[in-house]
Amino acid sequence: MITQDDLISFVYREARLLDEQRFDDWIDLFAPDGRYWMPLEYGQTDRRLTASLMDDDLFLLRLRVERLKGNRTYSQKPKSRCHHVLQQPQVDVFDSGSNRYIVWTSIHYVESRQDHQDLYAAWTTHDLTEIDGALRIRLKRVDLVNCDAAFGSIQLFL
Amino acid sequence: MTTRYRNDPAALRALVRDAEVHRDTYTDPEIFALEMQRLFANTWVYVGHDSQVAKPGDYFGTTIGTQPVLMVRHDDDTIHVLYNRCPHKGTRITTDICGNTGRFFRCPYHGWSFRTDGSIAVLPLPTGYQNETFATSQATQGLSPVRHVQNYRGFVFAKMAAGGPDFEEFFGESLSSIDNMVDRSPAGKLEVAGGVLRYMHNCNWKMLVDNQTDTCHPMVAHMSSAGTAIELWKRAGEQTPRPMAVEIYAPFMASYEFFEKMGIRTWENGHGHTGVHHSIHSNYTAVPGYFEQMVAAYGEPRAKAILDENRHNTIYFPNLMVKGPIQLLRLFKPLAADRTLVESWTFRLVGAPDFLLERTLVYNRLINAPTSVVGHDDLEMYERAQEGLHADANPWVSLHRLFEPGEPARAVDNGTTERQMRNQFRAWARYMAPGE
Repeated sequence: MITQDDLISFVYREARLLDEQRFDDWIDLFAPDGRYWMPLEYGQTDRRLTASLMDDDLFLLRLRVERLKGNRTYSQKPKSRCHHVLQQPQVDVFDSGSNRYIVWTSIHYVESRQDHQDLYAAWTTHDLTEIDGALRIRLKRVDLVNCDAAFGSIQLFL
Repeated sequence: MTTRYRNDPAALRALVRDAEVHRDTYTDPEIFALEMQRLFANTWVYVGHDSQVAKPGDYFGTTIGTQPVLMVRHDDDTIHVLYNRCPHKGTRITTDICGNTGRFFRCPYHGWSFRTDGSIAVLPLPTGYQNETFATSQATQGLSPVRHVQNYRGFVFAKMAAGGPDFEEFFGESLSSIDNMVDRSPAGKLEVAGGVLRYMHNCNWKMLVDNQTDTCHPMVAHMSSAGTAIELWKRAGEQTPRPMAVEIYAPFMASYEFFEKMGIRTWENGHGHTGVHHSIHSNYTAVPGYFEQMVAAYGEPRAKAILDENRHNTIYFPNLMVKGPIQLLRLFKPLAADRTLVESWTFRLVGAPDFLLERTLVYNRLINAPTSVVGHDDLEMYERAQEGLHADANPWVSLHRLFEPGEPARAVDNGTTERQMRNQFRAWARYMAPGE
């Protein structure tokens, strides 16, 4: 039986897996048809005919994770590190009847490499579902506060 | 800033040898300042697409080199390019990237108002300006226009200086790449669509231009991204249909032979393109209904001829790249010697299935976004080069690959030649050190 605390703990744990660079464990949090979406526009609703910064299915997420490990991944020599600060996640939808849970979280995210460090502010929305007794991500939406700004490389995951 | 080069054309010419260029072309702030004055002012630089200003009063703010400008549609339907600066105190007139200003621009500082051709409409308290000195000042121009503007099949270019070649002379046959992109619409019309990806690069703008026709880097630099994509697909059992991501990434890992046979064509004035015979865009999945629409619009022979042309990257010197087969345009905006804003724009083929725009947007996201693994591969190389060039032991950048003494500007050559890079720098030297 999923509780509100389970949902909140899930979001905290997801951020910790990313901070600890346990990317394989992180990908396991996604449902088989799960997606990671980072819109390009403020309040964007369309993913198909409007560009996004990221719109990854599991294939593309695995590609990123495998690439991060690669011996010829020169943009990760040396490797980047990341750091998430989360406000307490807020449960917006708790619908065990339709097995749908939506959690909204305000975050600060730091990505660093060598002498360089970038700070991003964002709101994340986790669309979660229970599969075989465990919560899984159907859609993780990451809305950067400055989504329409010009960025340098963002190599890890908010 | 030093002034070694400003008054020394011989020193400027000496930066570009037959098949190598001096690192100062990429690193020196004085060279960058001279590029803005001599190269970007005297060439036809891409401003925007006319679909971005579809109705009178629509405007789009951008830069030519480092100059802030507005592209605007006037009430007689002509497109004007104006410097984005109030003649009074210098205030930028608009800061939104685009919008509709109605019949007038109004400066938010003191209310000076201008028609959409830039001329002054209203000055508040006009009696204060009834003096001869004002009447003969530049302020009476209103929003100063960029005098030379050309709309070529929707693509708006401008030349800031009075000198230099006219539009047709400057671009010549290279316009065939824009033609092919537009012709791919059954209606013969493109629209900017989907949103622009903006990626900040801490490197010189020419590194990006060089890279567009550099066919010896994908199999090395993109092994990490494209190579991994292929590997993952194989591991998954190569199920059909192949994911669009694999269709897009896989050609990056094609062999040297593939790129050799792809071919490179060069034209006068620094323009040229990869993908003369085929390209990484040649084998995309057919889109249901599209070919039939093309046949209906053009007849079968012409439709086939348009779609069989699969040019890879066309460089419009100095800082524009166009990809006809995937309806994508990249503009390399110079900000400083070591800083460049890369804008990647996408187009809808009017009258064609939505799926074509969808694929174009996937391509743009997978290759050109600041979150793109291919983008990460490339930017890492540019930034390493920007740093590495500070090594004093060897100040020269090599462009020797398949060099032939006395090579003419116009040619079709082996696709792995660095001839197009040499072509760009020869044009560069002519603008930077005129009077040769």
